[in-house]
Amino acid sequence: MVRSPRVPPKGRLVWKRVCIGVLAVAAGAVVTSASAQPVLSHEAMTERLQACISCHGKEGRTINQEYLPRIAGKPAGYLFNQLLNFRDGRRNNAVMTHLLQPLSDAYLREIAAYFSELQIPYASPDVTKASTETLKLGESLVLRGDPARKLPACAACHGSPLTGVAPSIPGLLGLPTAYLSAQLGAWRAGQRHAQAPDCMGEMAKALSPQDLSAVTAWLSSQPVPSNSKPTASVAALGAPLPLRCGGVPQ
Amino acid sequence: MKRIVWMFVGLTALVVAALAVLLFREVNGSAIAAVDATKIVAPAEQIERGKYLARIGNCVGCHTARGGEPYAGGGAVDTPFGAVYASNLTPDSAAGIGSWSGEAFYRAMHEGRSRDGRLLYPAFPYPHFSLTTREDTNAIFSFLLNRVKPANRRNTEHALAFPYNNMYALAAWRFLYFKPIEYQPDAARSAQWNRGSYLVQGLAHCGACHSTRNSLGAPIAGHTYDGAMMPLNDWYAPSLTDKREASVADWPIEQIARWLKDGTSPSGAALGPMAEIIFQSTQHATNDDLVAMSDYLKSLPFTAKNKSSESNANSTINEAGKRLYKDHCASCHGDDGKGKSEDFPALAGNRTVTMANPTNLISLILKGGFAPATSGNPRPHGMPPFYHLLTDADIANVASFVRSSWGNSAPALTDLDMVKYRNALETAR
Repeated sequence: MVRSPRVPPKGRLVWKRVCIGVLAVAAGAVVTSASAQPVLSHEAMTERLQACISCHGKEGRTINQEYLPRIAGKPAGYLFNQLLNFRDGRRNNAVMTHLLQPLSDAYLREIAAYFSELQIPYASPDVTKASTETLKLGESLVLRGDPARKLPACAACHGSPLTGVAPSIPGLLGLPTAYLSAQLGAWRAGQRHAQAPDCMGEMAKALSPQDLSAVTAWLSSQPVPSNSKPTASVAALGAPLPLRCGGVPQ
Repeated sequence: MKRIVWMFVGLTALVVAALAVLLFREVNGSAIAAVDATKIVAPAEQIERGKYLARIGNCVGCHTARGGEPYAGGGAVDTPFGAVYASNLTPDSAAGIGSWSGEAFYRAMHEGRSRDGRLLYPAFPYPHFSLTTREDTNAIFSFLLNRVKPANRRNTEHALAFPYNNMYALAAWRFLYFKPIEYQPDAARSAQWNRGSYLVQGLAHCGACHSTRNSLGAPIAGHTYDGAMMPLNDWYAPSLTDKREASVADWPIEQIARWLKDGTSPSGAALGPMAEIIFQSTQHATNDDLVAMSDYLKSLPFTAKNKSSESNANSTINEAGKRLYKDHCASCHGDDGKGKSEDFPALAGNRTVTMANPTNLISLILKGGFAPATSGNPRPHGMPPFYHLLTDADIANVASFVRSSWGNSAPALTDLDMVKYRNALETAR
């Protein structure tokens, strides 16, 4: 079910934002202070994480531009949730599941933090073969949604620069076309899940396959802005999230 | 002459009839009365002990589906005969074991029979759990009743092929291969050794993976712990009685105990399904129990199967493999194959590399793997996967190179071997 954006009375909104801010900071603290063990150096983590780097590339850049997603600089909470999702079967990839099976939550948090802290330039976006109309539809859905169908814009959650929101909402730019399209398709078909309530599952099911390819075509053809850092917090978005998401502290 | 024939026919008929009666009685066992188990009072100490023992038995490994509610079952245990679905062990009175009694739970563990009298499939390793004492099963039962959240997930029906789905076939299997037994201490051995033997053979059910089975999935006398393929053929549980495989007879007891606790040793870390066992089960064992299990494992006799792991004449260096090794492996494992530390283990003299059965070597090159995260090694190193970088021929070449370099003398792998071990490949891709 997709709910339309609600506008609460102003006083309540301020308090709500304060609460969201406090929760977001607390969640951030949980994400970064992994365990009682002393934090390892960047080099020591690099040495340990060769199994990740083998596919996702040195410095978290992908080695396969066609499909494998870049993980460098994605919000730590988002990466941690995905690691849990693969380990616990909400996302399906045999090699990812196999690798994560014997790892603790504490270590997965540190792995997420390691990749989230990498800041490296993005490659130029994919050259799109989509028609102008398709791109127009994609742009409109991403930036404005479709109020007639009560569909919120992607930007309402992922931030207006579309670079994600710390700690748990990923950016949508700089991803390979094939990866974006496979993820949206998997969500729509019920093959990719997130912690309940699964807001992205609801969104993907509310969109038609044509909508999804338009969104994919437009997103993957956009350059990543020079400041690719995620928006600092959900509170900084300026409006509450239009959907409830299990993976996002709110 | 005719009389002899009739006598023979008559005797055969009698034997068949007797067997039929036996099987009928076996299949139609009696139910144990339902009770309200949630009313059973258990001392806190017993519950804690049960929690510990459930970890030694790694009950959660099968009875919690990936991402599912703890102990609610539903995950498939793959066998060569089809999938057996683990049951709901939560204290839910309808879907779980909330209407069981301690007696019913002991009978399931000891005799492999459900509360309602139904026979259980030995994918639930009751041939091992049979050894577990009533005191210990009571403790596990108390833990399940008191510390596990009830879940009303109904049990999934098994997906076994004919004739294995037939209860009479199961009764016949049990008639041939299973007899409830209690642990008989070996008076000639120490209490420590006996404790280890009781755990390894019983609750820890190491033999469920490490022992050869016959074509009906039953253990074979004289082949205990001599190594076996895992049901999906994607991993080989190495022999614990062969020095060329995973025998620990030459390891100091402390080193074996550390392997079970931390998942590492001077000859490298635990990878594959054993990493998961250490992560979920043995790392939580007390030091006394680790030492006891190590004592027993160290004492296992050698019954090495006649497996040739020596190279035949062909000792030419695999040049393609040598180049691949330099490009992909040498930065961690060294040009000399000596590695750097426990985290980057030596491949020279490494038994995973030189074992006659190359499944694990192929699987590790394809899928990589992390050592288990344990208190002694909380941030383990991971071997990278290479399925996306190397072809089948590349893997055969580089595996052949490491199997025959730096003093290793295991036979080369051929393209044919790669076809044979493709199962590991299929799982990865």
